[in-house]
Amino acid sequence: MAPFLIYTFLGLGIPTLAVINLAFRNENGTLSTSNLHLISQGIYRIGFENSFKLALLTSIIPGILGVILAYTIQTSRSGLLRRLVATASGVLANFGGVNLTFMFIATLGSAGLLTAWLNLIKLNPWHYGFNLYSFYGVAFVYMYFQIPLMVLIITPALGGLRKSWREAAENMGASTFGYWRHVGIPVLLPSVLGAMLLLFGSAFAAYATAESLTTGIIALAPIQIGVVLNGNVVAGQTHVGYAIAFGMLVILSVTMILYGLVRKRASKWLR
Amino acid sequence: MASIGVPIGDFIANEEAGIDRPMPLAGARKKRRRFSLWRFIVLFVAGAYFLIPIFAGLKFSLQDISGRFSFQAIQNLPSAPGFSGAFWLSMRLAIVTLVVSILLMVPTTIYVHLRLPRMRRLMEFITILPIVIPPIVIIAGILPAAPLWAKSSPYLLSFLYVILSMPFIYRSLDAGLSAIDLKTLVEAARSLGASWLRTLTQVILPNLRPALLSAMVLTLALVLGEFTMASLDLWTTIPVWIVQFNTASSGHVQTAASMLGLIGTWVFLTIIVSIDRSESRKSRRKTGTL
Repeated sequence: MAPFLIYTFLGLGIPTLAVINLAFRNENGTLSTSNLHLISQGIYRIGFENSFKLALLTSIIPGILGVILAYTIQTSRSGLLRRLVATASGVLANFGGVNLTFMFIATLGSAGLLTAWLNLIKLNPWHYGFNLYSFYGVAFVYMYFQIPLMVLIITPALGGLRKSWREAAENMGASTFGYWRHVGIPVLLPSVLGAMLLLFGSAFAAYATAESLTTGIIALAPIQIGVVLNGNVVAGQTHVGYAIAFGMLVILSVTMILYGLVRKRASKWLR
Repeated sequence: MASIGVPIGDFIANEEAGIDRPMPLAGARKKRRRFSLWRFIVLFVAGAYFLIPIFAGLKFSLQDISGRFSFQAIQNLPSAPGFSGAFWLSMRLAIVTLVVSILLMVPTTIYVHLRLPRMRRLMEFITILPIVIPPIVIIAGILPAAPLWAKSSPYLLSFLYVILSMPFIYRSLDAGLSAIDLKTLVEAARSLGASWLRTLTQVILPNLRPALLSAMVLTLALVLGEFTMASLDLWTTIPVWIVQFNTASSGHVQTAASMLGLIGTWVFLTIIVSIDRSESRKSRRKTGTL
């Protein structure tokens, strides 16, 4: 146990403490809140707002789509399909970053395959204001790992939805809609919300995909940390990166606390 | 009702108990057809969204500059400037990460299961932290805090990758250990005179192998695909190389390298899952004939 605790303290504790410490110090090493003041306005504030919007967008939409997909797979009679989707979700949920970027450039870049197909039927998305290297482009690409992540997280909860509840509801005359309205959705909602919170955290923290797709020009909080770490910052503001990192830690901690609360609620019916 | 796959036995039980079935048969059949259409649409759209990019990536990897089919991009990959250096760096990091991760996590998890079951909650909490604390924050914090000798070595990345892999590794080890009667196995082995090392390698580890193997493949995929920490620590691993590599025909080479990562992980995982399945089937058959 001791080596593990020392290891995680060095690898997780030290960097976290360093970020918090440096966020509250100016370049001379004296305590100050000037960095926090800097990130509450201007481009850094926009970065946080964009990150928040992106994470919200790519947790709600893939969350809903993921539940629908997971339910369709779960109730399917084909064992092969279920196994295939299980391995595929495991691989794709971890398939963010550079590889994903280049796959999507080959698909929806201005010379991509899908772009060419859609161009044939005069629906070239680039002619309709779509840009893969923009905010919505990044959001569209994020769905590629967010939906499988949702499927992975929510499938066990769907398995906990007992058939006897549906039978009981139908025996008492409930329609399909009535069953979902009064039983299915209320029971699943905490689990779905919890999973969406995890998706939110995953999108909010993601750096590699957005960085490699937009070559760092999009204003997102994690990208801005990278920019500062690479030294592209106004003199005298080199600690602003730690303040952004601290801000991200705060937002992600709140997300995880909410997740803990929601999970407690979820375990009431689904066990 | 049939549409959600309720076992027939329940139907019969209901019928025998004289419970009225409120749904007329024709209605049920109609509902089922609508349900299948809906299912088809969901699977079709999901299939398109997930398969078209893979197809596009593969097609692009297997084209030359003029768009004709060729293996040129893949053939050019090993000789592309900088690739072999990046490849070997990534491989060294991957091996060190896997070895350290196993040496650290296997004994710790077994020890906690055997002697400190109350610490399992703490372990669970700590090993979930790498998901909460993003890699970008960890690397931002470690760079000013690490001593110079650590910062100048690429293995600082391996040190951190072990942390990033903890959620996979711990969860699969924990699940694997919970599924066996660890205490009885260890006591039996020990009372038959096996040393601790022998108990570990010949009794416990074979039971954990399937869980551990798939966690190791995921860790390998993580290390070979990790971009955030490597690029900010200024080491050219494979993903960093892919982003930096820029020549006239580089798009095809870059995409080919990316697709190899995805396909490789998939093939590895599928092989491991199917080996595991056939082995467990074999062992079941063996015990069946005894």
